[in-house]
Amino acid sequence: MPAKREITFETELFGSKTFLIYVEPVFSKAGETIGINYMGMDITDQVRKRERMIKIREEIAVQKAKETELNRTIHITEETMRAKQMLATMSHEIRSPLSGVVSMAEILATTKLDREQRQLLNVMLSSGDLVLQLINDILDLSKVESGVMKLEATKFRPREVVKHVLQTAAASLQKILTLEGNVADDVPIEVIGDVLRIRQILTNLISNAIKFTHEGKVGVKLYVVPEPPFAKEGSQHGSDGSTANQTTTNVPKEETCTSTSQTSSDQRGFHGKKHEGSCQNRSQSEPGTPVMNGKIDVTEEQAELPETTVWIRCDVYDTGIGIPENALPTLFKKYMQVSADHARKYGGTGLGLAICKQLVELMGGRLTVSSRVHCGSTFTFILPYKVSLSCDHSDDSDDPDDLSDMDDHGDSDDDATNGFFQFQPRTLGSLFSSNGSSRTQKLLAHNIGHVNSHKINGFSENYCSFPTSNGQAKEMDLVEDACSVAEALEISSEPECSFSHSPDHDSESAICRGRRHHNDVNAENKVSSIDVSTYSETSREVDVKVKISEPQLPAERQGRSDSGSQSTLNTGQEVSNSISKPKILLVEDNKINVLVTQSMMKQLGHTIDVVNNGVQAVRAVQCHSYDLVLMDVCMPVMDGLQATRLIRSFEETGNWDAAAKAGIERPSPSSDSLQPDCTPPKHIPIIAMTANALSESAEECFANGMDSFVSKPVTFQKLKECLEQYLP
Amino acid sequence: MEVGQMQRRLVDYTKSLFMEGFLDAQFLQLQQLQDESNPDFVVEVVSLFFDDSEKLLNDLTMALDQPNVDFKKVDAHVHQLKGSSSSIGAQRVKNACIAFRSFCEEQNIDATLRCLQQVKQEYYLVKNKLETMLRLEQQIVAAGGSIPMIELGF
Repeated sequence: MPAKREITFETELFGSKTFLIYVEPVFSKAGETIGINYMGMDITDQVRKRERMIKIREEIAVQKAKETELNRTIHITEETMRAKQMLATMSHEIRSPLSGVVSMAEILATTKLDREQRQLLNVMLSSGDLVLQLINDILDLSKVESGVMKLEATKFRPREVVKHVLQTAAASLQKILTLEGNVADDVPIEVIGDVLRIRQILTNLISNAIKFTHEGKVGVKLYVVPEPPFAKEGSQHGSDGSTANQTTTNVPKEETCTSTSQTSSDQRGFHGKKHEGSCQNRSQSEPGTPVMNGKIDVTEEQAELPETTVWIRCDVYDTGIGIPENALPTLFKKYMQVSADHARKYGGTGLGLAICKQLVELMGGRLTVSSRVHCGSTFTFILPYKVSLSCDHSDDSDDPDDLSDMDDHGDSDDDATNGFFQFQPRTLGSLFSSNGSSRTQKLLAHNIGHVNSHKINGFSENYCSFPTSNGQAKEMDLVEDACSVAEALEISSEPECSFSHSPDHDSESAICRGRRHHNDVNAENKVSSIDVSTYSETSREVDVKVKISEPQLPAERQGRSDSGSQSTLNTGQEVSNSISKPKILLVEDNKINVLVTQSMMKQLGHTIDVVNNGVQAVRAVQCHSYDLVLMDVCMPVMDGLQATRLIRSFEETGNWDAAAKAGIERPSPSSDSLQPDCTPPKHIPIIAMTANALSESAEECFANGMDSFVSKPVTFQKLKECLEQYLP
Repeated sequence: MEVGQMQRRLVDYTKSLFMEGFLDAQFLQLQQLQDESNPDFVVEVVSLFFDDSEKLLNDLTMALDQPNVDFKKVDAHVHQLKGSSSSIGAQRVKNACIAFRSFCEEQNIDATLRCLQQVKQEYYLVKNKLETMLRLEQQIVAAGGSIPMIELGF
């Protein structure tokens, strides 16, 4: 039997060497074994290669496996992202035309309608609103989930928020329920947080409570608790965190609070929600650090601290139908309702609680629930809030040194410290007449609530109920602020008017706007300017200063009132009526632009000729001598660039051959005021009016012979500068 | 309603139009052009804008309704609308036109139809707003009051 074997030797000189030994028996013709043949081969290199090959193959296999896994993960991630993106996009896509429908319906509502039409329209509006709400919910949820949601940090007053949410709920309450709110005294007057989201959460919980409660009451309870165990910081700071409020009377209260809240939170957690894990501290502009700083500083209470953190717990309780134990775990899951029957009977999308939970957790808190069937439910969320210490002193009503801080709070003291509200059924109903759209109702609700709160100074609450579209929110916000501004405002009607000629002194037609002066020329030249800063809580950080000013009467105007005296402008105009009035050509095809530009030029004291395309422009230049041409670039028939080229070629060559080639007949020699052989044609300043499109770039304008350009839309200032520069 | 109240309403309403982006600073230019020699200027320009825009929108609707859409023509119409809305300060209409034009360049039928809807929507909105505002002004003047001038600093 032949045999092969690999034998490895360790040699001193050459290291490890492997030989293949092959031995085979030799048979005689008769079949007897008579000997062996043996062969030896040095296969060291081959062996090495072989081993390397094996290693490589192994590596390749591992790589391939990794790749497959990664690809799979990428694929899944992509799918997920795409799905989320699509959801968001679709929602956006749906939202646009939907808000179009709602907007149109709103416009319709302002037209004349009979009763039946108005009723139909109201249904349209409320349905549209509901759908918009839903879409906003979906978008919100996907935003929170994909981590895009940014939290704001603004100062607000918890009592006000609670009151307003309850008021709004009361306004649309159809059942006989008592709504109550109770804010504990140790809750600071002002805290810092994302008031929009918090209001969203409160509104959601309250509307849920109302929905599932048919008799009895729904209420909100707000109170300070010590730092809960699920907070990231160690327990050593736990008790200190609660003393963020500087009132000494709180300390004993908090001790008791500690024990009760902990036990009650245990009770509340009976359905299995654990307060475990690290919670994300509310992300502000600098994520992560603020709360930590607050915690560390708290141990040195007496020092001047910019901010500390207070944990406030909010219970939303009701005497409703309750939630069965087996439904509790899935309560906060998306799209889940307690049962299919529930969904059918009570409606809703099941998104609300999921959003609330996400938001609360995003802000660094916890949302829990406890309930008894047929008795009622209580939804509880605990959130950390920052408190700015300077505001906190308003708690110390017996500290006279801090009264200077209280100037702002003077008027609204009752509101600020009042922590108990109750809305009995039916009392508010009489205040709201059922007219038209729910919008007016909401507005009324807010107006009533604002009777005694002045919000002008440093207070940034956004008075809109959730959910309204951002546009609406701004509208109402502005209206509120403006109302309070207007109260303090004296509006009079003599604005600045530095450029007006005065043709008719006597014809003070009633239609004229704002340029009236009063009968007594020595009118009170009051300048009343109110600065209203509206703090927008959306990402559109628009800071608007509104000034309504009434400046001095210019001397000329005084002259006007005694009929007939010449104003300087008048004389100026007379002068310009003489021969040296510059001739200006406007080349523009858009009727509105023509009207606007013409009026502006008129105010500057010039009358202008108008043509509508390049061909007409060339013809006009052929027939008349102009001192300035304003040339629109994009026009039909012939555009401004070509027209300018033709005009320039005339100026350079002295003839209109190029124009003729382009199809514009040469004018008859008699009307051509410029002699081609005598003086070279004057260079006409040509100013391009561009809409800033790429095809109308500045270089192109200059390359085609234009002297300068003005970007549209044309403003008074631009025209004025242009004229000053190019007219002699 | 007494004049002061009406004036306040007008101020609020006008401010809101600026805040919500319906109008931009160009509209202020128009207001400044109105004086004794030109007492109805704003109404004139705005009415002209309405007429012109409705015609353009009709043309656009027809052009996009064709089996073979001539995007150059569509673009020309939108360019006109963009120009006029820009000149009177109808900011949202102008922005909708800008988006419209980019889709015209791509010759994207679906997107351009959507844009047309958007432009129409914005146009009707601003039309309604302007009409309301001008009506308020008329009422004030009819009651013997005068129109307050508003300065908005952005």
